[in-house]
Amino acid sequence: MSVLIIAEHDNQQLNPATLHAVKAAAGLGEIHVLVAGSNVAAVAEAARKIQGVAKVLVAEAEYYRHGLAEELAALAVKSAEPYRYLLATASAFGKNLMPRVAALLDVPQISDLTEIVDGNTFVRPIYAGNAFETIQTSSEKVVLTIRAAAFETAAAEGGAAALEQVEAAAEQKLSRFVSQELIHSDRPDLGSAKVVVSGGRALGSAEKFNEVLTPLADVLGAAIGASRAAVDAEYAPNDFQVGQTGKIVAPQLYIAVGISGAIQHTAGMQDSKVIVAINKDPDAQIFNIADYGLVGDLFEIVPQLTEALKA
Amino acid sequence: MKALVAVKRVVDYNVKVRVKADGSDVDIENVKMSMNPFDEIAVEEAVRLKEAGKVSEIVAVSLGGKKSEDTLRTALAMGADRALHIETDEKLEPLTVAKLLKAVADKEQPHILLLGKQAIDDDAGQTAQMLAALMNAAQGMFASKVELTEQEAVVTREIDGGLETVALTLPAVIGVDLRLNEPRFVKLPNIMAAKKKTLEKTSPADLGVAVVSHLNVVRVAEPKARQTGVKVANATELVDKLKNEAKVI
Repeated sequence: MSVLIIAEHDNQQLNPATLHAVKAAAGLGEIHVLVAGSNVAAVAEAARKIQGVAKVLVAEAEYYRHGLAEELAALAVKSAEPYRYLLATASAFGKNLMPRVAALLDVPQISDLTEIVDGNTFVRPIYAGNAFETIQTSSEKVVLTIRAAAFETAAAEGGAAALEQVEAAAEQKLSRFVSQELIHSDRPDLGSAKVVVSGGRALGSAEKFNEVLTPLADVLGAAIGASRAAVDAEYAPNDFQVGQTGKIVAPQLYIAVGISGAIQHTAGMQDSKVIVAINKDPDAQIFNIADYGLVGDLFEIVPQLTEALKA
Repeated sequence: MKALVAVKRVVDYNVKVRVKADGSDVDIENVKMSMNPFDEIAVEEAVRLKEAGKVSEIVAVSLGGKKSEDTLRTALAMGADRALHIETDEKLEPLTVAKLLKAVADKEQPHILLLGKQAIDDDAGQTAQMLAALMNAAQGMFASKVELTEQEAVVTREIDGGLETVALTLPAVIGVDLRLNEPRFVKLPNIMAAKKKTLEKTSPADLGVAVVSHLNVVRVAEPKARQTGVKVANATELVDKLKNEAKVI
């Protein structure tokens, strides 16, 4: 039995999502990684060094540059024959691509796994993380996406996998890339940050959101997150959203500032090691899952907290 | 141009579900049900495209037990022209749902297919991509903006680092995200008018699709409960606890 992991990258750097995927796949069998893109020598080299990877398949074509699902799915299907498992992280990339692969192979997919019990048994959250289902499958082949926050990362160094060039699949030409608008930040990536500071509607405006949360995030070296209410009110960009429909995070420390704690938000952060809630409403739901709660005005407390941390 | 919209009846998003004592499933008896929130956004987008003169007919489809009819009536009240109910009481995996929708698409020949990016009950997020694959059509997942031309759908997608825009050859499948639009409230006269609209019934057998099961749910469990936390008096005490008790900073 072996596993093919579809690597996530931007043609220059391997995304840490792939390290989580390798770690998750460790018990499933021999691990091969597929790197598809354009001028991806550096990415392939990084993939070779991941501990636990036996082989790296490299497919280069200009039409793989932007990770279009239509093109990559055709390639994954072409490469799928020897593998029982096709696996990726349940990031926007993996969520977009893998169901297409599964349908083309006419096999089931199990999404957003939090635990691999054995080669046929998997655990995943349903109903915004309010329940976890254990699924068994005897399907000859199965497509899996894993929740990065539920698995550690494989060591990025120390491996020496074989490298094999594979032929690109025929171009599908169903879609074309037009443009991309990425938000550049020096902060740690929200999905893999050790500390996350998140703000909600109570921040009141984009200016206040930045003014209050940035100094706190700076002193903690934290990523900044947001509730849906804060994103909808345009206090923060979309890709800051933590929750059922945003990013799922599980940092060492999650500080929820002015967030009430709706199910859809807690679905994205309830596996954090330590949760701190700062809210003026003592009955806010967030206090039910917080390890440490502080009731009061966030505009007073957060600056005090920032100062206390500097001391 | 014809639009097909798929809608699912799910437990209302405000309901906190409980797991049954025997661990067989979640308990959804006597719980409020509604249209999946993402599907509402898909219907709204189809209606807006019709109002903009880009789409001439909207067909809403739902799969499931008898009560899925209510969900289709809601879609009709929002502005869909007619509805198709694939009636079945069997539990359907996303791959089967995609095959059934593909069979409908073969008949209806829509130019644009709008689906929610995920259902808030199974949280699988697979159907739209699977449908696109089976149709050999382009897909625009996590759409926060859709523009239609004669040959293409130009879709802005929410990705992890920001936004990405792709152009999709028609027919195309679009999986909509929260930010695409704000669904309208349905007014009473529209609900009355929706009762007069056509709602056709069919079944998986009629569509020639076998309902097969690849996945067996062996157990449903509550999430691990978190330990009860404590309230602290001020920022200084909080920092002390984080440093010396929780040891996370």
